[in-house]
Amino acid sequence: MKFISIDKKDWAKGIEASRKTYTLFGPVKDKNSFLIKKLENDILPEMDYNDCVMSAKSVIFPQTEKMLVTSLDESQEDHHIMKKSETDTSPRAVLGIRPYDAKAMELVKLNFDTEDYRDPYWCDAYEATTFVGLGINKPGPFDFSTSTGSGPFEEAGLDVLLADFDDKYLAKILTDKGEAFMDTCGFKTSADETESGVLFDVLKKEAEKNIASHIDTDKLKEKILLELHEAPFWDDFAFSCINCGTCTYVCPTCWCFDIQDETKHKSSIRIRNWDTCMSSLFTRHATGHNPRSTKTQRVRQRFMHKLKYFLDKYDQGIMCVGCGRCVKSCPVNIDIREVCKMMNSYEKQN
Amino acid sequence: MENPYMPYPVRIDDIEIATEDKSLKTFKFIFLNKGDEEKFAYQAGQFAELSIPGVGEIPIGIASSPVEKGFVKFTVFRTGVVTAYLHNMKVGDIMGIRGPLGNWYPWDKLENKNVVIIGGGFAFTTLRSSIIYMLDPANRNKFKNIDVVYGARSPGMLLYREELFEWEKRDDINMHITVDGTDDPNWKYHTGFVPTIVEQNAPKADEDTYAIICGPPIMIKFTQPSLTQLGYKEHQIIMSLENRMKCGIGMCGRCNIGKELVCKDGPVFTLEQINQTPKEY
Repeated sequence: MKFISIDKKDWAKGIEASRKTYTLFGPVKDKNSFLIKKLENDILPEMDYNDCVMSAKSVIFPQTEKMLVTSLDESQEDHHIMKKSETDTSPRAVLGIRPYDAKAMELVKLNFDTEDYRDPYWCDAYEATTFVGLGINKPGPFDFSTSTGSGPFEEAGLDVLLADFDDKYLAKILTDKGEAFMDTCGFKTSADETESGVLFDVLKKEAEKNIASHIDTDKLKEKILLELHEAPFWDDFAFSCINCGTCTYVCPTCWCFDIQDETKHKSSIRIRNWDTCMSSLFTRHATGHNPRSTKTQRVRQRFMHKLKYFLDKYDQGIMCVGCGRCVKSCPVNIDIREVCKMMNSYEKQN
Repeated sequence: MENPYMPYPVRIDDIEIATEDKSLKTFKFIFLNKGDEEKFAYQAGQFAELSIPGVGEIPIGIASSPVEKGFVKFTVFRTGVVTAYLHNMKVGDIMGIRGPLGNWYPWDKLENKNVVIIGGGFAFTTLRSSIIYMLDPANRNKFKNIDVVYGARSPGMLLYREELFEWEKRDDINMHITVDGTDDPNWKYHTGFVPTIVEQNAPKADEDTYAIICGPPIMIKFTQPSLTQLGYKEHQIIMSLENRMKCGIGMCGRCNIGKELVCKDGPVFTLEQINQTPKEY
């Protein structure tokens, strides 16, 4: 494994140098928190951020994305024939992405890149992106990532993992893509492999020790899907839910979307928008019939999808990376950790 | 791999009013690019997204049959924004079709079997596709007896009436056409609800007999006991489901029943499979 040492005094210069090749995204201050946004010229990522309301998913999966464009002008030869909207697939890099957010991208990829279909918008963006992660030295109180197969220094889905050592970053190069990015930045000071490995380990162990919140997921796989679905606790969990959908928007692994057409003068576009299973419109048929018309059904859908359907379908763990954003942002304190505990320990009473 | 969201451009070649109340119309489409028809190769039971730029998309079962070449047909009930717009479109208009999507009736498994087709109301489109497919001279000897129970509210609400009455005259298919009621004194077919007609006319089950049901939820609900009484087991009852869909390719997340996606893992399931999933359809 290759390690590079980056003196923080050289950081800004290196990042500026990478702009020639890469469009950059990273944490920037937004009101009382931070968001992962496109870094306009002269804006540097605020790497010492500690809290990010939204995940990094919008870098690959924008809240609104143009898919197709069509001319409705009948004097044009190709009127009413839909064409793919031009998309930017030039290289981009996300700086300072949380390791659990990168891991989430890997889970979401299972949905968008399948044997039968490849979603070109998501996949092209994903492939164009270099993920430069930043290990979390001091995990927050909502972080339970170590119980979901992720963690503050998890490498899955990352191309480079940075560790913050006050006056310098130590960069662990994980892929060729990562190495290319470091080259473009001009970060070339090799660090001793053994020594760096030890330093990383110490930081990682220290960070993991700070995670006080854990969930057990070991029995979810063996539970019978229909029994969990019929379990008596769903009404209690859903009772206070106001179906605002915040949990789905802040979640790095929620990918559901809506497709809508918009027309202006004689041209129309087909766009996709983030959608939420908390909305009753999400499943309502044109006839008015709605298979998930009650909020209990919708709350159950969200947790069953994350903790059971996804697990059963792909056998790649649960669809949650333990970032804790939904727990923190929920206006009525619904807590996925409690739901998981109930599901994992549920035994049907005869 | 091609962009799965990109529809094939088509021209509306013909529009036919399908029922007396004009709530259903059958649209015949021709592909603008010759090669697209081949790419759209489908099986009876599949669906497609009818795609109108500036308006939206709707998932609709394919009513034409794989053995009918040169066009594709869809029968559409006017009910929402896109279907209402489509009903007002004209012959010659350009739009799109995306598909074929989903799975199909299990034609391999149905070979050398008796097939009982049960349909109600306007859920007869993919069943029409299936009947035309099975009756095709190249395919008819692949199946044993074919029985069809099809019912609608009134004679004028039956879809594909001319074809129904032609099939009625053939000796290689047993038609049991029914209406809920009629004041036509010359009505020479059944009167009564589909579940009753199934109970009285459908063949008793044996290992070699499968039933395909398509219809409104209420009809499916009441037909199941009739089939059970005739001895059909859960794996011999094949159903086609509908749910709200957007992408049609298993990605947008709304049409699931448990871990199965109706658009991609379905829309065709056996009752045995459906009984393993939450009833969220």
